[in-house]
Amino acid sequence: MDNLLVAVAGGDRSAFVELFEHFAPRVKSYLMRLGCDMSAAEEIGQEVMVTVWRRAETFDRRQASASTWMFTIARNKRIDAVRRERRPEFDPTDPAFMPEPEIGGDMAVQAKQETATVVEAIAELPEEQGYLLRMAYYDDKPHSVIAAETGLPLGTVKSRLRLALTKLRKIMKEHE
Amino acid sequence: MATAHKAAASRGGDGLPSHHLDDAFLLDYAAGNTSEAVSLLIATHLALCPECRARAEELEALGGAMLESLAPTAVDHDALSAVLARLDASDEVEPAVLTLPANDEGQVPSIPMPLRGYLKAEPDALAWQPVIRGLEEYELDVGGAKTKLLRIKPGASMPQHTHEGRELTLVLEGSYDDEIGHFGRGDVAILDDDHDHRPIAGPGQDCICLTVIDAPLRLTGRFGRFLNPFVKF
Repeated sequence: MDNLLVAVAGGDRSAFVELFEHFAPRVKSYLMRLGCDMSAAEEIGQEVMVTVWRRAETFDRRQASASTWMFTIARNKRIDAVRRERRPEFDPTDPAFMPEPEIGGDMAVQAKQETATVVEAIAELPEEQGYLLRMAYYDDKPHSVIAAETGLPLGTVKSRLRLALTKLRKIMKEHE
Repeated sequence: MATAHKAAASRGGDGLPSHHLDDAFLLDYAAGNTSEAVSLLIATHLALCPECRARAEELEALGGAMLESLAPTAVDHDALSAVLARLDASDEVEPAVLTLPANDEGQVPSIPMPLRGYLKAEPDALAWQPVIRGLEEYELDVGGAKTKLLRIKPGASMPQHTHEGRELTLVLEGSYDDEIGHFGRGDVAILDDDHDHRPIAGPGQDCICLTVIDAPLRLTGRFGRFLNPFVKF
C-alpha cells in the first residue's frame, strides 16, 4: 500500500484505482461507524479520495504507513464536514517548531509502526483495553465521555488506556 | 520511557518541556475527539514537544490499524468514476490550512503555529484586557471551549482557585510556579476540581499562557471568595 501511495504521488492513475478499491470501502465504514448515514459517508468518502490524490505528494513513507496517512485524511475530513470545525495541527516548517533532539544510537530514529503489526497487537490486548480504544477511534468518544458512559472513574479510564498503550508497545517490540 | 527521563533531566539545556500531555488527551486528539479549542492547545504543545509528538504519531498509527481492521462497506457503483472525473478539475483547490501574520525574518516567534495563525497580531500588539492586578487576558474566538491567552506580570501571584470542569494551560513565554511544580515554555498543566492552586509568575519576564477552560473557575482563597462575583477568568 505504501508503494501504491508513492506511485499515486507520481500521478499514476492505475495505482490510484487500486488504492481506491482497498481504502474507499474502509473509509466509508469508518465514517458510518462514527455516525454518518450512508449518503453522507459516500459523499465524504469521495472527498477523502479526491484529497488523497491531491495531497499524495505530502506522504512520507518513513514517517507513516499508507493506512495511517489515510486515517488522518479521513479523520480530518470528517471533522471539517460533520463538525464544521478546523483541525489545528503543528507545522514542521514553522521557525518556532522544536525538532527532535540529537540523541545518539538507537534512540535517534523513531521507527514507523507497520500497520499489520499494530493490527495484530490490538487483537492481543485484553478485551477491556481493546474496548476502550475502539470507543475512542470508532465511537467518537473522548476519554471523559468514555468514563461517564462506562461508569468508570476518570482515573480508571486513564490508567486502563495507559496500560493498553504500554501493552501495545510491548507486543509490537516482540513482533519486531 | 528513556526519552521522558532524558527530556526532563535535560531541561534548560535543550529548552524542551518537562510537563507533558497524558496518553488520554493525546489519544483524544489522535482519534479526532477533541474540540477545536483543545486541539489548538494540544497541537501547539506538540510543536514544542518532540516527546509527545512521537507518542501522538504512535496513536495515529493505531488509528491507521483501526481503519485497516474495519470490514469494508460497498461504495456506490459509480463512486470510482465520479472520483476519477474530479481528479483533474483545476477549479477545486484545497483550502489553505491557516494564514499566519507576517513575522520578522530570522526571528523565532514566541508563539508557535498553529496558535499564531489564530492571533491577529504579535503578543505585544494584542488588545489585552486587565483582569486583576498583574493579570491581563485576551480571549480567542475558537469553537468548543473558552480559550484565552493570559499575561501575568513577573513575580505576580494569582488568587488561589480551583476549577469546575477542566482547565488546560500551556506556557508560551516566561514561567510560573505552583503547588505542582515549575512550568516553563511548552509545559502543559491539566487541572480539574481535585486541584487547588495559586500560581506565581517567575521573575524577569511576563508569563504568557494559553488556557482552555470548559467551565468557570471557583475561587477558594480568602481574596478569591471576595473577588469571585466580580472576576470571570
